[in-house]
Amino acid sequence: MKRFNRLVSAAVVSAMVLAMAGCGNTGAGSGSQSADSSGAENAQEGTSAQASSGSGAGSFMIGSMGPLTGDNAVYGIAVQNAAQLAVDEINAAGGVNGYTLELNFQDDEADPEKAVNAYNVLKDWGAQIIMGAVTSGACIAVTEKTMEDNMFQLTPSGSAVECAQYDNCFRVCFSDPNQGAASARYIGENALASKVAIIYDSSNVYSTGIYESFVQEAANQNFEIVAAEAFTSDNKTDFSVQLQKARDAEADLVFLPIYYQESSLILTQANSMGYAPSFFSCDGMDGILSVQNFDQSLAEGVMLLTPFAADAEDELTQSFVTSYQENFGDIPNQFAADAYDAIYAIKAAIEQSGVTPDMSVSDICEGLKGAMTQITIDGLTGTGMTWTADGEPNKEPKAVKIVNGVYTAM
Amino acid sequence: MSFITYLINGISLGSVYALIALGYTMVYGIAKMLNFAHGDVIMVGAFTTYTICSTMGMSPFIGVPAAVIVCTLLGMVIEKIAYKPLRRASSPLAVLITAIGVSYLLQNLALLIFGADTKSFTSVVSLEPVLLAGGQINITGETIVTIISCIVIMAGLVLFINKTKAGQAMLAVSEDKGAAQLMGINVNGTIALTFAIGSALAAIAGVLLCSAYPSLTPYTGSMPGIKAFVAAVFGGIGSIPGAFIGGILLGIIEIFSRAYISSQVSDAIVFAVLILVLLVKPTGLLGKNIQEKV
Repeated sequence: MKRFNRLVSAAVVSAMVLAMAGCGNTGAGSGSQSADSSGAENAQEGTSAQASSGSGAGSFMIGSMGPLTGDNAVYGIAVQNAAQLAVDEINAAGGVNGYTLELNFQDDEADPEKAVNAYNVLKDWGAQIIMGAVTSGACIAVTEKTMEDNMFQLTPSGSAVECAQYDNCFRVCFSDPNQGAASARYIGENALASKVAIIYDSSNVYSTGIYESFVQEAANQNFEIVAAEAFTSDNKTDFSVQLQKARDAEADLVFLPIYYQESSLILTQANSMGYAPSFFSCDGMDGILSVQNFDQSLAEGVMLLTPFAADAEDELTQSFVTSYQENFGDIPNQFAADAYDAIYAIKAAIEQSGVTPDMSVSDICEGLKGAMTQITIDGLTGTGMTWTADGEPNKEPKAVKIVNGVYTAM
Repeated sequence: MSFITYLINGISLGSVYALIALGYTMVYGIAKMLNFAHGDVIMVGAFTTYTICSTMGMSPFIGVPAAVIVCTLLGMVIEKIAYKPLRRASSPLAVLITAIGVSYLLQNLALLIFGADTKSFTSVVSLEPVLLAGGQINITGETIVTIISCIVIMAGLVLFINKTKAGQAMLAVSEDKGAAQLMGINVNGTIALTFAIGSALAAIAGVLLCSAYPSLTPYTGSMPGIKAFVAAVFGGIGSIPGAFIGGILLGIIEIFSRAYISSQVSDAIVFAVLILVLLVKPTGLLGKNIQEKV
């Protein structure tokens, strides 16, 4: 009896330990990754960033880093390709104020420590402007270094708030909280619904960040949040209660600020209980159509905010997609579009400020920093993009709707 | 009306837990060891059916039996290689830790073979849902099949253990291994048979779990496995009807606490209920209080 009890309690304890270990399995995506910048301190102190332009006297040296190998390689490769495409286009068209652009892309494997190493390599090469890093965790680590050196940094896709925490750091993509506010505005302004339910992952910082800012912005919009239901990473198989509550509250739209893996289950379960509201989501939904064996008809009509849809009709997107496909054989994703816009934003900022390659890194940074808040870019990820001094882009979010299994601009 | 819907959802979730818990409790009841890899055997079963039915496009009538065969063999191999050599170890913890190791091994193998991305499982149940009260209450075909298979399996197991020779041998081994051996019972064979049956049940549980909640990753089995273990302890580990009752109750408590208290803390409530039950009835709801003889 006694031994039996001890065994059971040992087992319960180990079950709890296992349950906790299970918490670590949250999938990575475009959301924030934890920043471990422990290795960031070993950069050589004292090497002043005033290194003058070195080899390319007539060129602006743009350094960039992102994952070219490892799990997130698809993001880094897209950024490298698209950035190179933009640089080649600009140089072919006569450069910027008579100077050419030169791009050097280093692999960081989406690792903060390796990103800092890549930054040091780029500095030795003579980088004057940083276009990177691609993933949030790596980007946060690099911002610490560029801030110290006062080097201008523009990340195409670092969405965590801290990626633009210093005044030399800007970004092209929406930050996580901005996606929530943008979603709320989009739903309100386009009168997509009057009663909205939210199902979010309370154990994930990407999801809760969007959720909180969505709720905040919803107060200013003419729809009502009738249900806000959470789940956790340990409890993400059964969504019947969350959906039933949304249905009982008569929600005509369900907002899903979560990744596509859980969304695919929610769509299936809503269908099997005969509940058919509209669904609205953010860039985490990007990927729903690639879930193996998923019945794509369930995703029909799902709306999502994504900065870029490769089949958009506008001329800029069309020509970008065509030349990207010619050069690299792939259809570009949102990361490629962000990077393409980032290079054109740097070009516009150089033209606006009139900086020259023979100026010091710090002077170039001061010039570009001021110019960023004055320029307006019509890019792939938004028309009429402007930037605030704290590094955030102002642009109209683009929403797409899944029609016949493809993204269609709304 | 929504109360009834929640109740049905609870029974539906609970019947999946119950089905997994049957395998847990059977192995514990007879071999006196906690097979933490049980949840991952479930995942292997689901992947087998997925490969045969969705990738190769064959009928579920081939896919499900194939999963049962693969898991039965896997269960026997795991028992032979990982657990049997440790059965005589002085501490029962050695086998427990090995089981956790096997669990991670299976997960990582599945990661290597199938990758980390989510697969959508096509339900093997083609039964139409039953609509009551003008379509307001919807009982899916998966729920009906899961509950029926659960009851059938439970009844079958009880009959098997009480009425057949092999079942009687299992009972004898569970009471006293040494004495059973002296009576001429093949202890190792009996325990291997137990694992074979437990793993076959895991295959069926995996297929039905993924039919009801059609998302398949290498980690699919781990959380339901832990919940089902809780259900088995809740109902009285070692007791076959206890696993069934524990599973159903756990599902209902989980859904009700999510519906009426908070969707964020439903797991905490489930575990709190478990602690309360164990405080009042340390052997679980239907657990037997076996006196240890000195």
